[in-house]
Amino acid sequence: MKRSRIWSWVTFALGAAYFFIPLIATVEFSLRMRRGEYSLDAYRVVLADPRFQQTFLYSTVVAVFTILIGVLLVVPTAYWIRLRMPRIRPVVEFITLLPLIIPAIVIVFGYIRMYGSSSPLPFLATNRGADALLMIGYATLALPYMYRAVDTGLRTIDVRTLTEAAQIHGAGWTTIIARIILPNVLIAVLSGAFLTFAIVIGEFTMASLLNRPAFGPYLQNIGANRAYEPAALAVIAFAITWGCMSVIQVLSRFAPKSANNTN
Amino acid sequence: MSETFLSIQGVRKAFGATTVVKDFILDVARGEFVSFLGPSGCGKTTMLRMVAGFEEPSAGSIMIGGRDVTNLKPNQRNIGMVFQAYALFPNLTVAQNIAFGLKVAGVSRAESDERVREMLAIIKLEGFEGRYPYQLSGGQQQRVALARALAPRPKLLLLDEPLSALDAKVRVSLREEIRLIQKKLDITTIFVTHDQEEALSMSDRIVVMYDGRAEQVGTPFDIYNRPATRFVANFVGTLNVLDGTVKDPARAVVHVDGREITLRNGALNGTRAGDALSLALRPEAIVLGRQEGRDSSLVGEIADVSFLGSVIRVKVGVGKSAVSLDTFNNPASPPPVIGEKTEISFSSGDLLVLH
Repeated sequence: MKRSRIWSWVTFALGAAYFFIPLIATVEFSLRMRRGEYSLDAYRVVLADPRFQQTFLYSTVVAVFTILIGVLLVVPTAYWIRLRMPRIRPVVEFITLLPLIIPAIVIVFGYIRMYGSSSPLPFLATNRGADALLMIGYATLALPYMYRAVDTGLRTIDVRTLTEAAQIHGAGWTTIIARIILPNVLIAVLSGAFLTFAIVIGEFTMASLLNRPAFGPYLQNIGANRAYEPAALAVIAFAITWGCMSVIQVLSRFAPKSANNTN
Repeated sequence: MSETFLSIQGVRKAFGATTVVKDFILDVARGEFVSFLGPSGCGKTTMLRMVAGFEEPSAGSIMIGGRDVTNLKPNQRNIGMVFQAYALFPNLTVAQNIAFGLKVAGVSRAESDERVREMLAIIKLEGFEGRYPYQLSGGQQQRVALARALAPRPKLLLLDEPLSALDAKVRVSLREEIRLIQKKLDITTIFVTHDQEEALSMSDRIVVMYDGRAEQVGTPFDIYNRPATRFVANFVGTLNVLDGTVKDPARAVVHVDGREITLRNGALNGTRAGDALSLALRPEAIVLGRQEGRDSSLVGEIADVSFLGSVIRVKVGVGKSAVSLDTFNNPASPPPVIGEKTEISFSSGDLLVLH
């Protein structure tokens, strides 16, 4: 075996060990709830906890609405920028990356100041308002992933020509976006959607500071008060994230293929 | 010309300080096939895009079927268009692509299915309705694009260099097919191309464009044989240019390489004796040696010989100019030899004076 190949494998093994050893340790620890033998007791306790079900359901619903907000905001924006304003693309890309730079705690404190019960837009005066604000906040947090996923999808199709082809055949903007653009970037949109889902399910800062009954604060609360259950929850959260990633991989096989045969 | 269907009047288009189409005027008859021919950047595609509604003219008007469409959106014009890059919708099957315009127009399912079948028969792709664009060759994709454009029975068909992405053999067969379909459906068509052979072989009339202007509008025969400007003469076909001097404008006599040649009456209108001028001659109008019926000749030396199979292209140096001519390959006689002295003859009536 070549020397460089050996080093490649050594690097890979070190990386895998760094990633898998804590994970295996967590799984192993989560199975130790019963003394002297491995069991799934910790998982049973967690899954039977009504707060787990409530918070997980709440976060799932919030994630679905966040994805909807993200799609409605990002798809037309990214499409219009590619079609009509390609010159401002770098500026928009920079703006979409800001949530990676600005900590969530800064954003949420901004929200609390801006949309408190005494403000002209009192989102935080009601639970529904706070839920809406949480979804908007999550859509902001997911913006870098959603925008990049959609923009990459749009890059694979000839947006301008397809738009013109649809226009000349009588289609208006709604038809063009719904029947031509969205189906052709659907896989990219779904990739963004699953990334958004993974972010929303585990998010703590915004949900906690807006005092919403989400899965992230529940994870934190369990982690602070129990021994084995947090490890089981961590493994469940990992499984959800990995599940989302796997779905993205599977879906990418169904992406509409471009047709560039000259002959 | 029969009834005007498409009327373009004084159209101008400027992008900032750059004017890309200048005072374009054209009337197209119903059922006519007109080509916009010109080099890249001459404004032909911009003009087509203004007819389609993708660009708004800076001045002038466009009428289709007597209706002013200058300010209408593309989806309000009832036009079919085929794009250079096919532009088939990748997520739709062949049948769904063809039916797209019909569905948008709210045509019933039964009628739409019937129209799709009819179109598939016209483009000879029956049995391909369930395939996706990526499963088709370039030629097949472009035929589907044509069917999609024709399915809603548009009033006008626009073809934006539809053959340029295809290989040579498919181009020739598809251009014949497009012309046949166009004649069969009697649909008024504007075809944009930079390929003179396509324009000459397909069109009822050609608009040769240069620098945003229509340099000449005419039948392929007129454009090729009677080019109105130096640009048209150079751009369409191969052209030999000879330098001459006006000797007697009244009798249309010029001097070329020391020989006197009499041109068609009136060819030298507006010139004076001693003026320098350029004369153009197509390669097929020249023969090697003397030939009966050709009243003019020049002496030169064989400069180059290219064997092209059925044809031999010969370059003859005449004074400071080089003249190209084509002769048929004759297995019984060897091709001319480089360096050989020779005479070339032609009819003075075939000489064009370039202005």
